[in-house]
Amino acid sequence: MRLSLDGRQALTDLWLVAPATLALVLFIFVPVAIVAVLSFSDYQFGAPTFNWIGTENYLTLFSSTIGRRAVTNTLLYVAIVIPFSVGAGLIVATGIHRMAGWAPRLSNLMKTIYFLPVAATLVAMSVAWQMVLHPSLGIVNQTLASLGGQPQNWLSDRGLVLYTLAMIGIWQSIGYNMILFLAGLAAIPPELYDAAEIDGAGGAWSRFWTVTWPMLGPTTLFVMVITATNAFRVFETVATMTGGGPAFASDTLVHALYREGFVYFKAGYASALTMVFFAFLLALTALQLRVVERKVHYR
Amino acid sequence: MTAALELRDVTRRFGSTTVLDQVSVRIEPGSFTALLGASGCGKSTSLRIMSGLDRPTSGDVLLGGSNVGEKSAYERNVAMVFQSYALYPHLSVAQNIALPLTMRHLSPLGRLPVIGSLVPGTVAARRTIMRQVTESADALGLTELLNRKPGSLSGGQKQRVALGRALVRDPSLFLLDEPLSNLDARLRIRMRSEITALHRSTGKAFVYVTHDQTEAMAMADQIVVMIGGRVAQAGSPRELYERPNHRDVAAFIGHHAINFLQPGDGMEAGDSIVGIRPEDLTPDESGALVAQLESAEYLGSEVIMSLRTRQGTQVRSIAHGDYAVPAPGTGVRLGYHARKVHVFDPITGQRREAGA
Repeated sequence: MRLSLDGRQALTDLWLVAPATLALVLFIFVPVAIVAVLSFSDYQFGAPTFNWIGTENYLTLFSSTIGRRAVTNTLLYVAIVIPFSVGAGLIVATGIHRMAGWAPRLSNLMKTIYFLPVAATLVAMSVAWQMVLHPSLGIVNQTLASLGGQPQNWLSDRGLVLYTLAMIGIWQSIGYNMILFLAGLAAIPPELYDAAEIDGAGGAWSRFWTVTWPMLGPTTLFVMVITATNAFRVFETVATMTGGGPAFASDTLVHALYREGFVYFKAGYASALTMVFFAFLLALTALQLRVVERKVHYR
Repeated sequence: MTAALELRDVTRRFGSTTVLDQVSVRIEPGSFTALLGASGCGKSTSLRIMSGLDRPTSGDVLLGGSNVGEKSAYERNVAMVFQSYALYPHLSVAQNIALPLTMRHLSPLGRLPVIGSLVPGTVAARRTIMRQVTESADALGLTELLNRKPGSLSGGQKQRVALGRALVRDPSLFLLDEPLSNLDARLRIRMRSEITALHRSTGKAFVYVTHDQTEAMAMADQIVVMIGGRVAQAGSPRELYERPNHRDVAAFIGHHAINFLQPGDGMEAGDSIVGIRPEDLTPDESGALVAQLESAEYLGSEVIMSLRTRQGTQVRSIAHGDYAVPAPGTGVRLGYHARKVHVFDPITGQRREAGA
């Protein structure tokens, strides 16, 4: 029997979307569902049986000091990294974009330099940072000392370590944000700057607020979402430089997840951590898309 | 009388390429000047130099008789309308039109939302600005659209908003850079008359850049034809049409492209090239020029005929609509008035007086 035209077209559509849908279900939805189910159990990797323990994993996570630490540390880290990384990325991009007008070679060189941390392996960079921040030999403390300041234990002071890691996180992500902002800047029609100059908004400050900032709205939103998801996933620097310490002062969600799941083999608890991690990411992205998106695509 | 704006021997180079070469233009107060030329002829650069967005490499820009070489675009108080409209997409129509005024009358702090209203004088200034915006919007029929964002407007509406933004600031001069190029043909004709009306009601000098000679002929009282970074000829539309001083100007002006005949084609003037417009070359039994008909387009009111001279040069002739077109291949006699004939030097292309 021959199908009607509509039927055949529907079949084609189905053929086209089926592989991607199947992969999505098989490799993303199903694992997430399994993790969600496991988070209500006390399953341990390799164990023959497990028990359903309801929300106990979540209760432990939010009532234990260590669990709460991981959550608050991650949130604080994200709260520091987003504004500074996005802000600095924008400033650097604006500078390099203007520089391209009068010193194109230097501008390209700067672009490469700023992008290096993105291209470099963070684990390898962590070794370099450990040297730079070394309590007695590190260049940071030596500079501080020569200026008459008090040397700090950047990675072993409980009150400082998270800020140190956040600083490295910012350093690492500026280059990527800069590239995204540069693309956004290049897409701004030059007539808008001409119009702004004619209208009396030609000074650097008013140019920025009249043209650059509003026109970068969609880029900024995208950069914020990317930076936020990357910041939430902070792991390499924690694992290689501090191991979450001292005394869990730099423990983060993903690091805790790794420790509980792959060091202590507590699959159930690690699953609960994963779900919390997902929930935060989802909430943040949804918030940014819902609230900000309406304001950046001027309709 | 001092000119509203004057370019004196303005030269502009970008690197080693000379975009403008000794351009001198005089714009009378209240006049409507069209800068006409093909793309890349320097007309937009001239406009940018007039506005202050660009600086000449050498030469002077005089605004109302005083040298404004060191003044910024804003200080010159010129209004400019762009081909791409250049509206701020995040601002409403009202805010777009108001921007030149808010930049002028409000302090940086006063421009901020909410906090701005706490700055003394801001509320009163905002009220004045809103009144002026409403006036301009009324004049352009934009009242209904004041709260819309540019993204939701049609091309014609956007261009009207851009005109509103130019109008609201009461500028010394209006500069329009191909404002109608992005509109469809019907809208273009309507906007053409709206811009002419605006020119009449403001009484200010307009400078209008276009590559469309019809627009220039229809709107301007002075046309400056630019070719290759130089002013080829400046004059009234009638002057340019009736006495083009160069064969390139003759080729540019006129709805139907002018015919150029070489010596030996049947219209002789020594070694000169003879130009005759198709509308001045009509079938005439006692005509001097004989050409073979190739094809004819019947357009109702007129018939456009393509013919070839005995030397093979293509000529076009326009006959009245009731002319009985002979079969293709027939020889047609064409007549013309001697005073409609333009004679150009074969090498330089300069106009020669007929008979000289």
